[in-house]
Amino acid sequence: MAETSHGTGGLTFDKSKRSWPSELNILLALIIIIVVFEIIGQTAPYMRGQSFLFDTKDRFDSIFNEARLKIIILQVAIIGIIALGVTQVIITAGIDLSSGPLVAATAMIAMSFAQTELVNGYPNPKAVFGVWAMDLPVIIPVVAGLLFGAMIGAINGTFIAVFRIPPFIATLGMFLICRGIALWWSGGNPISFPTEQYAFIGSGMMPVVWFVVLAVIFQLIMSYTVYGKHTYAIGSNEEAARMSGINVKRHKIRVYMVASTLAAFAGIVLSSKAVTAQAGMGEFYELFAIAMAVIGGISLTGGRGSIVGTVLGAMVIGVIRSGFTYVKLDGSYQVMAMGGIIIAAVVLDQWRQKRAAAK
Amino acid sequence: MSDLEPGRTADIILETRGLTKHYGGVHALEDANFVLRKGEHIAIVGDNGAGKSTFVRQITGVEQRTRGDIIFDGGSVNFAGPLEAREAGIETVFQTLALADDLDVPDNIFLGREMTKWNWLGPFRLLDYKAMREATIEGLNKTAVKIPNIRNTIKNMSGGQRQCVAIARTASFFSKLTIMDEPTAALGVQETAQVETIIKALKEAGEPLILISHNMRQVFDLVDRIIVFRRGRICANLNHQDTDPQDVVAYITGAKTGKEYEATAL
Repeated sequence: MAETSHGTGGLTFDKSKRSWPSELNILLALIIIIVVFEIIGQTAPYMRGQSFLFDTKDRFDSIFNEARLKIIILQVAIIGIIALGVTQVIITAGIDLSSGPLVAATAMIAMSFAQTELVNGYPNPKAVFGVWAMDLPVIIPVVAGLLFGAMIGAINGTFIAVFRIPPFIATLGMFLICRGIALWWSGGNPISFPTEQYAFIGSGMMPVVWFVVLAVIFQLIMSYTVYGKHTYAIGSNEEAARMSGINVKRHKIRVYMVASTLAAFAGIVLSSKAVTAQAGMGEFYELFAIAMAVIGGISLTGGRGSIVGTVLGAMVIGVIRSGFTYVKLDGSYQVMAMGGIIIAAVVLDQWRQKRAAAK
Repeated sequence: MSDLEPGRTADIILETRGLTKHYGGVHALEDANFVLRKGEHIAIVGDNGAGKSTFVRQITGVEQRTRGDIIFDGGSVNFAGPLEAREAGIETVFQTLALADDLDVPDNIFLGREMTKWNWLGPFRLLDYKAMREATIEGLNKTAVKIPNIRNTIKNMSGGQRQCVAIARTASFFSKLTIMDEPTAALGVQETAQVETIIKALKEAGEPLILISHNMRQVFDLVDRIIVFRRGRICANLNHQDTDPQDVVAYITGAKTGKEYEATAL
């Protein structure tokens, strides 16, 4: 192995030469942000020595402030599910702006098949369809929502891969179309009173369960399957991928379908959590999902990044949101800070890339 | 046109008959008759614009020929694109390297033809990283290419290492014919030596090769036969032992023309 480290010969891989994974930087940033809030909490006079993440009430059974931890992750879980798909799209050097309105449209469609016939003994006042669509098994609204998502993704992917419309334009168009569908579906009226089964999907900490399970599944898919490898290859060098025999068009359509299906699932979870579906739901979700990916180190030029990075990016956004509330700063500062952090994340990443290239 | 060497058609891996390519009024390639036998390494030389790359682009399906026939491995072929040519067994190292920068060496070598397990999972079938890594190490050892860390991404490699990965990709798969278009044009001395080592390894393995090169020393070191192109036509077909660099230059510049081509060459 001595030879190996000099780079003169030997072909076994040298673990010491593997580059520092960028995910560790995001983890570091996350810890720094937490420490900053912790310090503000301990030193600012108006905070009266509260802790941000740790339990200060001297209970024996807990170290952390579990309530806050739960809120931090719960408030990013649903957008996080969207971000898992957006991450894959960005890795192919694409972008998906249609996910927020798709959440609303899917929520409307799924909820309309998930209603109960009787509310407190009276007919459902928000009924969209007749009695035939009432009290259906939960699988029907879920499958209807996911199929709608997959269809939107297939349309996005086809326009991008086959007709070569820039992803920004194709998904911007779909952004408006989906918002239109959401408004048209019930004439702008909210849809409410789902079955118990449907309401369970997004109840309590269920959104977090879905987010974590899906994140693990897609991290494994991106790292260990042909689907993942081709996604990275297309983002890295599309021409090389084509020359190597990868069916680039088909693969891109697949990636957009996966992304939109995940966004549709987020719509199902959101409507279940809110126990209602409204046409205005999911506003700015697409932008927050992209922000999670970007903070998580996914390169907008494609080829680089991981699901783990996006999950950490989601945590950064969750911690900042929660932290600003904790230090009692107004929501407007929160939004401004978030913008600054997104720009800082990209600047830092580019600086790191340049430094790596110079070595 | 087996009259070039009658009775030896079973030996022939690639043959072109009257291969012609016109770009509008420009006659880039005119009536090229060419034969490559199994296990043979040949060089294509000629001035810039003599038709060397055009010739290769017709064979590999990058472009569609104006007329003429290509017979590969005993049958007439019509490749719609480079992919079909590769599937038929023609591996090409293009001047622009087709590598994915963010992937490592085994990933690039096996790109588009990954070793997999659990194939019932369809597009989500698992990659067999271990097998691909072992095959890569074996392939690189066979070609004597030295890359310090195959888990490194291509982005962090020198031009020579990239070229070696591109060539190792070709050499890792059993191909019926390998074509290299100026593989060492952008490389330093040591890196050039590495590429030449790979080419020698291919020769020992009995795999036929077409090498486009401007480097006379390299051509005389590596190949059995030299084809000279001039103004879109073949003007000489020389055996390695019957010629020398000055002689070849004379053919390239037009001072001499091969006997059998006197009627047609310009």
